Amino acid sequence: MKAILDSGQIEQILQDLTSHIILDCCQTSSDTPPRLDIAVIGIRSRGEVLAQRLSSRLSRKLGKDVPCGTLDITLYRDDLNSPHGTAQPQVRTTEIGFDIDDKIIILIDDVLYTGRSARAAMDALIDLGRPKAIKLAVLVDRLGRELPIQADYAGYKTDAAPDKLVQVSLVESDGKDEVVIE
Amino acid sequence: MALKRKSKQFKWHRKHLLGLRELSAEEITYILDTAKGFEQISTRSVKKAPPLRGKVVVNLFFEDSTRTRNSFALAASRLSADVIEFTKKASSVSKGETLLDTARNLEAMGIDIIVIRHSAGGAPRLLSRNINACVVNAGDGFCEHPTQGLLDVYTIRKIKGTLEGLKIAIVGDITHSRVARSDMWAMTKLGAEVIFVGPPTLIPAQVSRLPVKVSYSLDEVIEKVDVINMLRIQFERLGGNPFPSIREYSHYFGLTVERMKRAKPDILVMHPGPINRGLEMESEVADGDNSVILQQVANGLAVRMAVLFLVNQAAAQKS
Repeated sequence: MKAILDSGQIEQILQDLTSHIILDCCQTSSDTPPRLDIAVIGIRSRGEVLAQRLSSRLSRKLGKDVPCGTLDITLYRDDLNSPHGTAQPQVRTTEIGFDIDDKIIILIDDVLYTGRSARAAMDALIDLGRPKAIKLAVLVDRLGRELPIQADYAGYKTDAAPDKLVQVSLVESDGKDEVVIE
Repeated sequence: MALKRKSKQFKWHRKHLLGLRELSAEEITYILDTAKGFEQISTRSVKKAPPLRGKVVVNLFFEDSTRTRNSFALAASRLSADVIEFTKKASSVSKGETLLDTARNLEAMGIDIIVIRHSAGGAPRLLSRNINACVVNAGDGFCEHPTQGLLDVYTIRKIKGTLEGLKIAIVGDITHSRVARSDMWAMTKLGAEVIFVGPPTLIPAQVSRLPVKVSYSLDEVIEKVDVINMLRIQFERLGGNPFPSIREYSHYFGLTVERMKRAKPDILVMHPGPINRGLEMESEVADGDNSVILQQVANGLAVRMAVLFLVNQAAAQKS
């Protein structure tokens, strides 16, 4: 087991992600009004926690409320009817209390690996409305994509071997902030 | 997919839903929790999700039904399955084909889930033992109507938070009611106390073997209960003269505005439908503030989606 991120580093990454997103999505120029219509949506379950942290950081920096929601992607997974599916995924609720139409949606998850969760999440989002854009933000960007999907904002990059597990713990759900490879 | 915690997780393993009697409290709770995730599908812009894409669901109904049949059909199509509607009258059953032959022929066409309603108790179980498709009981004889039981406890749990410690009266023709039986199993397993209320002629003889109390007087229980479920008088099943007249039944066992004045202010009034207005329930009560009858119907859709999803999951992992 090898620790790759501690709580200080996780905080730093979130801070960098916040500045990046603001630079990218919310720049004001003289002739256009500020493009501030962004919202953060986290993929259950670690993404949910990250989304809350990111949206409060964005809200603070921008001086306005950035809405935050949670997306359950179980019904959109591509391994539902596969007999090899290891764990049986439990369906949970999607909680997005705002209209996603015409918003820039920052989709956030803990780890981007195969890209299959991100694919499922995008399909799930499109069934909820038509956002202006979907941007993908992740805490850990792990080598091993199986679909043509890349993160727009990535924190830590790792090339952990396929037999390893990248485990993200967060205070709100696991009691501590830490990322380990085991 | 995203990493998974190696926590001990409950696993649903039934590819058939035949009744609630055989389910544990944990299994019932799991269905209810799963159903919560399906509720929002019906409220968003695209009222469809893909988990049963490419699957075929057959509605095999040997008895009439509006609510249940349409609810299953809609639940299946919201999960992207294809739905085949089978009716007894328009089929070869009227030419003498047996239940198993009918089902086997349907199965040969490559169907995945059979939703069956039949007047013979045990028909769904018979099917489940003889075919490979998933079987979901949509009502068999006087035995069970599991998805109605599930949507009833789902509705109660959603409003009251829990069933633990609640007193629930089920009123009317208990003998001929599969809803009463499925309700009883689900409610008692989740910790509620169930009282069957009706005239002695409509309470089954072996009731002492069931986990319920019995009362022959609605006036006796109306003040005590948190939930009251009024069953429909099923004229099509009543033989003989179980009560002297409809007026007399209504007088003693109807839920009237007068009786409601003595009930707890937050009592939930339920009915599995279709209502005989003015008989088991006055219209003012059916449409009143305590009535959750239409919420039952809405919740039924989410519960049926959850059931179809879960049996298909269990089948996928067994194959």
